[in-house]
Amino acid sequence: MTDTLTVLSKELREMLLQGGRRGKTALLVFVAVFGVFLPWQSGRYWVTSPISLIYFSWLPLMQVISVIADAFAGERERHTLETLLASRLPDRAILFGKLGAAIAYGWGFTMVAMVVGLITTNVASWDGELTMYSPGMAAAILASSILTALMAAGAGILISLRAATVRQAQQTLGLIMMGLTFVPILGIQALPHDMRRELFTQLAAGGTVNFVLLLFLLGAIVDAVLLAAAMARFRRSRLILD
Amino acid sequence: MAQPNSTYAIHTESLCRDFGALRVVNDVSLAVPAGSVFGFLGPNGAGKTTTIRLLLGLLEPTSGRAEVLGFDSRTQGGEVRTRAGALLEFPGLYERLTAEDNLEFYGRVWRMPGPERAARIKELLTHLELWDRRKEIVGTWSRGMKQKLAVARAILHRPKVIFLDEPTAGLDPVAAAALREDLIGLVARESVTVFLTTHNLSEAERLCGLVGVIRQGRLLAVGPPDDLRAGSGRPQVEIEGSGFTEEAMEKLREQPEVAGLEVRDGRLQIELRDDASVAPLVRLLVYEGAAVEEVRKRRASLEEAFLSLMAEEPHD
Repeated sequence: MTDTLTVLSKELREMLLQGGRRGKTALLVFVAVFGVFLPWQSGRYWVTSPISLIYFSWLPLMQVISVIADAFAGERERHTLETLLASRLPDRAILFGKLGAAIAYGWGFTMVAMVVGLITTNVASWDGELTMYSPGMAAAILASSILTALMAAGAGILISLRAATVRQAQQTLGLIMMGLTFVPILGIQALPHDMRRELFTQLAAGGTVNFVLLLFLLGAIVDAVLLAAAMARFRRSRLILD
Repeated sequence: MAQPNSTYAIHTESLCRDFGALRVVNDVSLAVPAGSVFGFLGPNGAGKTTTIRLLLGLLEPTSGRAEVLGFDSRTQGGEVRTRAGALLEFPGLYERLTAEDNLEFYGRVWRMPGPERAARIKELLTHLELWDRRKEIVGTWSRGMKQKLAVARAILHRPKVIFLDEPTAGLDPVAAAALREDLIGLVARESVTVFLTTHNLSEAERLCGLVGVIRQGRLLAVGPPDDLRAGSGRPQVEIEGSGFTEEAMEKLREQPEVAGLEVRDGRLQIELRDDASVAPLVRLLVYEGAAVEEVRKRRASLEEAFLSLMAEEPHD
């Protein structure tokens, strides 16, 4: 655990320094848009609408993708990977340290945006009492944002492990994420009209909560598979030769 | 796990590594005594870096075995890496971080306690004259400074064995000489075993008590630099002066000590048989009327020995 935390803290430090002043400005813009501008525009709706669940599932995905490609491909490109692998760090500590840092970064900034958004909503639409997320919504946001952060980190690590450069990793990851986003939508649209109506009827019959829980379960399975694949593919000798 | 005992810090037996059909390390057997500086010499692509990777357990051998500090590199790579320090092909520094942060990170990696870590970082950076610049981002530094910092990182945790892969490559002569001086000082103070690969033969001659020459993955020779020099070519003597007449040269050629001679640029160069004495030859020259101003006896340099080994036909 100590080794994992050592790698994690180094990775986080590098992530925060990545891109210099421009990188820090981008993070501030991110918090300003999703923590101030949109909540200000939406008012109480920002906190009460289920749409916020979609927002907070998508935000960590974007944040993690912006840093995860660098995990191994960046170290390889900057010729620091072999020195790291020649250290006493166990394989798992390197892998989980990098995964943990990307998740902490993506999920952390999403949580910051969420808290700032809550404050903004209350300031903008103050009517004498605090507007808060319902316990169910808060739990759903926490769970979905963690799951999507883990999914992006798992997929990103897998790609970064073998990519020669950060750019290559980013391009591959971008394509995969685009596929993950659009294939289900296009797939549903491609279904015959009756079948689509039947699917939505079945889903509606199960209730929104059950549908969300099903999505979470699917997300957790995908995350577990990605994590297992990353652990299986992490081999020092392969990383050196790649 | 108890640490195995070994009189050799590094020991390999018939070590081989293939990449596809290409055998990059071929039947390398080495024994490097603990506390020595071993120079691994060879041209580009000879298999030096691959050998280091095999010793550190970063690659698995195709056949044969390697032990570092008594630990099998294949099955106990983690144990080897715990006790080793490495400066590999590149400095491997995190250029977005400061010098201090780089050492701090690796100090934590090696689980050095906080106060010890801080003291050690200060000691090394002070010794390498980098202490005042410890807060600077490494990416802004010159290559020489980065290389110094990488050396500090390699020995930060007081490893028992250090692998240095061409530590002075790419440095200007002044920076290389300074780094060499630092290395000599550090190695003497830390009393570790050093496995050094280099193209720079004068560097190897200066630093190493034992050298190995590798070509196309095959170890051609191992021994102290003096032995390698002795095994390559005959001792020579160079005589400066005048009056080196044909008659005098003929008489010299008849001497049993002389294997060959030539006059080049007014200097007489004589190749001696074994460790023949020079005095009778000088006496003969003076007797024949030559004016001798200076006599220098010399052996082949390590560079000449190396080039002579490189020129030999492969045995395969």
